Amino acid sequence: MNGAHDLGGTMGFGPVVPEAQDAPHYRGDWERRTMALTLACAMLGRWSIDESRHVREDRPPALYLTSPYYRIWFDALEALLVGHGIVGDDEVEAGRSLRSGEAGIGPVSPDRVTTALRRGAPADREPPGPAAFEVGQAVRARNVHPTGHTRLPRYVRGRVGVVEIVHGAHVLPDRNAHRLGEDPEWLYTVRFDGHELWGADSDPTTEVSVDAWESYLEPA
Amino acid sequence: MADTRHDHEPSELGPMDVRVRALESILVDKGYVEPAALDEIVEAYETRIGPHLGAQAVARAWTDPEFDARLTADATSALAEMDIGGRQSEHVVAVHNAAGVHNLVVCTLCSCYPWAVLGIPPAWYKSSAYRSRAVLEPRAVLAEFGTELPPETRIRVWDSTAEVRYLVVPRRPEGTDGWDAARLSTLVSRDSMVGVREANAPA
Repeated sequence: MNGAHDLGGTMGFGPVVPEAQDAPHYRGDWERRTMALTLACAMLGRWSIDESRHVREDRPPALYLTSPYYRIWFDALEALLVGHGIVGDDEVEAGRSLRSGEAGIGPVSPDRVTTALRRGAPADREPPGPAAFEVGQAVRARNVHPTGHTRLPRYVRGRVGVVEIVHGAHVLPDRNAHRLGEDPEWLYTVRFDGHELWGADSDPTTEVSVDAWESYLEPA
Repeated sequence: MADTRHDHEPSELGPMDVRVRALESILVDKGYVEPAALDEIVEAYETRIGPHLGAQAVARAWTDPEFDARLTADATSALAEMDIGGRQSEHVVAVHNAAGVHNLVVCTLCSCYPWAVLGIPPAWYKSSAYRSRAVLEPRAVLAEFGTELPPETRIRVWDSTAEVRYLVVPRRPEGTDGWDAARLSTLVSRDSMVGVREANAPA
């Protein structure tokens, strides 16, 4: 979707504000607990990272752009828990549990956390067939505007780049985010020249790479 | 604890404290999440998982050419040798700065970052300003970190749009001949492994 989250090349946000490298990670205890709750609930195994990303980006643009980072995480977590029937709307409204939990959900324990952080959730899968593109090949990012989740940023659509890395096959977020299956596809790193992306007046020393699934690309 | 809130970033502490505590108690009451598991997540990223891990890997790459070759060929496996890896670093690619080439990492679509190598991303990495501008005018963004590169230096920006996470291997500072990896790692800052700064010069 062409949401407010797709920020590459947008102007008007002002300078980047660096901070001390030992600055606190959280601006309050609720941010710390939101981070932990989000990771713990992901360990319930009910949704994928693609689905959680989609829930975060699928917000009114004005709200997305003015919400603190962990506010977006929290609202998405609440939506995921309610959407998956793990927590009731009425419970969120009441601010407390109104029914006992169902068997088979969790519990997320400290041991489970340790294992989950160590293992992660690798996205590589058996390739569905031979790769369509090879390193060094010129490809064009398709000029598409899907209404669902996609990881193809707007700023590369329609632009020609060169395949730099072939990563193997990875879970396709566009379908997995909507619970339509993993449908793994070949994943490529595609390098674009700055002039191709930003025009002849742009800095000639810039190159930008994105990771693009095979269906995002066509031969150039 | 220093207040690091930025004036341009809204914050809503009171009502959010209430909402977050309520949701936590619902999940705990239902038996879905143990409070100790939440503490373990917080603790892991405050004590064990952080940029010191990436710094150790970079310093080793500077001092061990065979490790550096493995890091270049397959960073995920090379980091696993050092017991570095896992959540949000399942697939890692190491990109090396060199004479005339500087690498910079961003996620324009959200905030993808190599958590198992560098820890929790800093606020600026997640900010709209960084995400929007790093791909459009990386040289200007670097200048805001005080990083001035020669005008002919090629700037390679890596937008993490998939589950691949990028680790910048900065250039080894001059004046460090004979240093061992442990000492060198003290010069490898988090910001240098995202690519917004160079490695620190020896004091």
